[in-house]
This record gives sequence, C-alpha cells and structure tokens, in this order.
Amino acid sequence: MGEEVKLFRTWSSPFALRIVWALKIKGIEYETVFEDLSNKSPLLLQYNPVHKKVPILVHNGRPIAESLVILEYIDETWKQGPLLPKDPYERAMARFWAKFGDDKVLTSIWSVFIKQGKEQEEALVATMENLKFLEEEMKGKKFFGGERIGYVDLALGCLANLISIFEEIVGLKIVDEEKLPLFYSWMQNFAEAPIIRDNWPPRDKMIVKFQALLDAAIASSSSS
Amino acid sequence: MADEIVLLSTWPSMFGMRVGVALAEKGLKYEYREEDLRNKSPLLLNMNPVHKKIPVLIHNGKPISESMIIVEYIDGVWNHKSPLLPTDPYQRAQARFWADYVDKKLYDIGKKIIWSTKEDDHETGKKEFIECLKLLERELGDKPYFGGENFGFVDVSLVTFSCWFHTYESYGNFSIETECPKLIAWAKRCLEKESVSSSLADPHKIHDYAWGVRKRLGIE
Repeated sequence: MGEEVKLFRTWSSPFALRIVWALKIKGIEYETVFEDLSNKSPLLLQYNPVHKKVPILVHNGRPIAESLVILEYIDETWKQGPLLPKDPYERAMARFWAKFGDDKVLTSIWSVFIKQGKEQEEALVATMENLKFLEEEMKGKKFFGGERIGYVDLALGCLANLISIFEEIVGLKIVDEEKLPLFYSWMQNFAEAPIIRDNWPPRDKMIVKFQALLDAAIASSSSS
Repeated sequence: MADEIVLLSTWPSMFGMRVGVALAEKGLKYEYREEDLRNKSPLLLNMNPVHKKIPVLIHNGKPISESMIIVEYIDGVWNHKSPLLPTDPYQRAQARFWADYVDKKLYDIGKKIIWSTKEDDHETGKKEFIECLKLLERELGDKPYFGGENFGFVDVSLVTFSCWFHTYESYGNFSIETECPKLIAWAKRCLEKESVSSSLADPHKIHDYAWGVRKRLGIE
C-alpha cells in the first residue's frame, strides 16, 4: 500500500526534530518540506490554518499539527518501536513530563538565554528547580523511557543540544554535572544515541541563528 | 477489590470540573476533596509536588495531574463505557489538537477579560476570546458534539468553560449567544447530560466567586 508521509518543518525547529527522530526510529519513509517562516507556503497555511506553524505531518493527504499530538499519532499508527508505555498510568506520567518540559523547562531555559540581569538570575533559579524534578525522574534509568528512548526523551531531547549552544553563547553554565549528574548523563547519552546523533541541525548555523536572536532581544530591550 | 478514587479540586475550577465530568461519564464513585488554594493541603503538595495545582486524581494511591491527561487516563482505564476518545488514530489526533487549542488559548485569554486592570488588555482579551469561540464554533459545525454523534474528549475540555460564560460576558460586556449561537446551543445540549449538569458549577455562583476575588485583588 502506498503510504505518503510528508513533514513540513524548518531546519532548526526543535519541535520538528521530535518528529524527525520518531519517524526515523520507527523506520518510516517520509518526504521533508522545508518552510521559510517569514514566507509561509500556501500549503502550510492550508494544513495548519489554526496556528500557521511547523511541524505538520501530512499522512496520505491528511494533516496533523502540534508536535506532541503528532508523536502520539505516529505511535498509534506505526506500532513498531513503541514510544509510549502500554500501562495507562505510565502513559499518563509520560504525557505529564512531556507537558512539563514544554510548559516549564523549555520556557525557563529560554528565559535564561534571552533575558538579562535580575530576570536572567530568576530564570536560572527556576530552571534549577525544574531540572531537579527531571533529575529525580531519571533515577535508575538510562533514558526517561527506561532502557530505550521513548516519548519523554523525544519531547525533552532538543535540550540535549540547545542547552550547550545557549551556554556557549551566553557564557553561563546551565547544567552543572555535579549538581545534576543524572540529567547531565542523559544529555550525553541522548545526544550520542544512534539516529539522534545523525540528525542534529548544524551547530555553527545554530550558534549564528541564536546569537542573532539574542542580539535582537538585547537591542530591543535597550531601545525601549 | 474496589478502586479507590480521590479528586482534589476547587469548586470553581473549569479544569477540575473536566475530571468530574469524565468520572461521571464512566459512572465512577469517588471521594471529592475541596482544596483551599491559599492553604494547600499536605496531600495536594505531596501528590503534585511539581505544580502544586489542582485537579489531582488519586487512583489507588497513585496521583495523576493535568486535567486532560487525567481525562485521557480515565478514558484508558475505564474503557468499557462511554469512550471519550475515538478509536481511529487520525480522529484521536484531531481531538487532542482541539483539546490542546482550548487549553492553550481560552483560559489565558479569558483571564484578561475578568482579571485585567489595563483597558488595552481587557479589549484585546475580549476580541481574542470571541475569535477563539468562533473558531471552535466553526469546528463544531453541524455536529451535535465535537466528538460527532457522541459527547467526547473535546466536549469535556470545553464544556466546563460554559459555566464561566456568564462571568466572561458580564465583565467583557458582550453576549456569547449573539456572537456564537451554535456554541451556546451545544453547551445547552451538553447540560442535558447528567454527567455534565452534575459536575458544572452554577454560573451565578461563579460570578459571585469572581466578584469576590476581584474585590480581594482591589479591582472591583
């Protein structure tokens, strides 16, 4: 049966990376459509009229948007290499941690990167509190999914790359190996895992991109 | 062995009510415990140390937090009756997408209408809120429920906001029925279900509650 799978993404979107990893882990053939978010294609606007964002997965012509929703769709449609656990309680916990990642962890780490002065200090404190919960969750496990990479690893995975990029640009340590040994190990293990390690966006391009974002943020905050 | 189910919530919370609706849909008996958010119980802090928020469902001693995650958990465990999510993966994805939309947009935008002191925020909040409701109304279309023929996941996510509609209307000075008549018709249809009518708070009591909080915050 002909399966047509397309992924609309940008080269750097951490949310799209989740989908790239999921598709590759499951060995699903797909076509990539790169979008320029400053000039969104008619197809993007047609497939995601509500949010007008990437990533969008289009399976046999039917679009799905929102990366965590897409991950669940992929897991339910292609049963090999399951990402979510079978047990309903464990599934609820996986969803909880993925949502925590999006709502709190990513947000506080972004604030550490983009803010200055007191706001940055407060963001660092919040980040430490958030990462401590993840540290606790990692006890006795190699990945959040256990022995194998799972849904939570994919949800949080962009941090394994982004944190070091932010640390380099801003000159601040966000994840101290001594204070967060398990989370630090997870970052290394995940970043170097098969498939994951082959799909990181080019680091030099990422540094240029995020440096530019930081420069723009500093410029707009000092001119206001 | 009987299941032990405890729900930690507060009576005005549209998020807590979602769990009540789901439990009622499944015909489940549970213990409800009202929390005072200005004096959180040790149980709440113990069961949701990450967010320290309600609702929390405690099933045989194990806690689950985040209302739609709880609803999905309930639907998965007690799958013998009143399924809230469809079986088809694509339909499930659409349901999760729209429940996520309600979560991402409605509460935070609605807050600007009721709690904001800045005129700008208040006006943009009202405009955005109506736009969200109109989008949801378009998604509903001519279906009796967001779930199609049957009350489902998206219906649960949104219907609990309906007892707050009177409060949004009052502080926003607009009529949701005028702007989105089909959505109001949908809400009334949902309220005909025992699981919904027994779980939603009285809109006038919600309004009194909001008035009380505004007074306490010094904005009434």
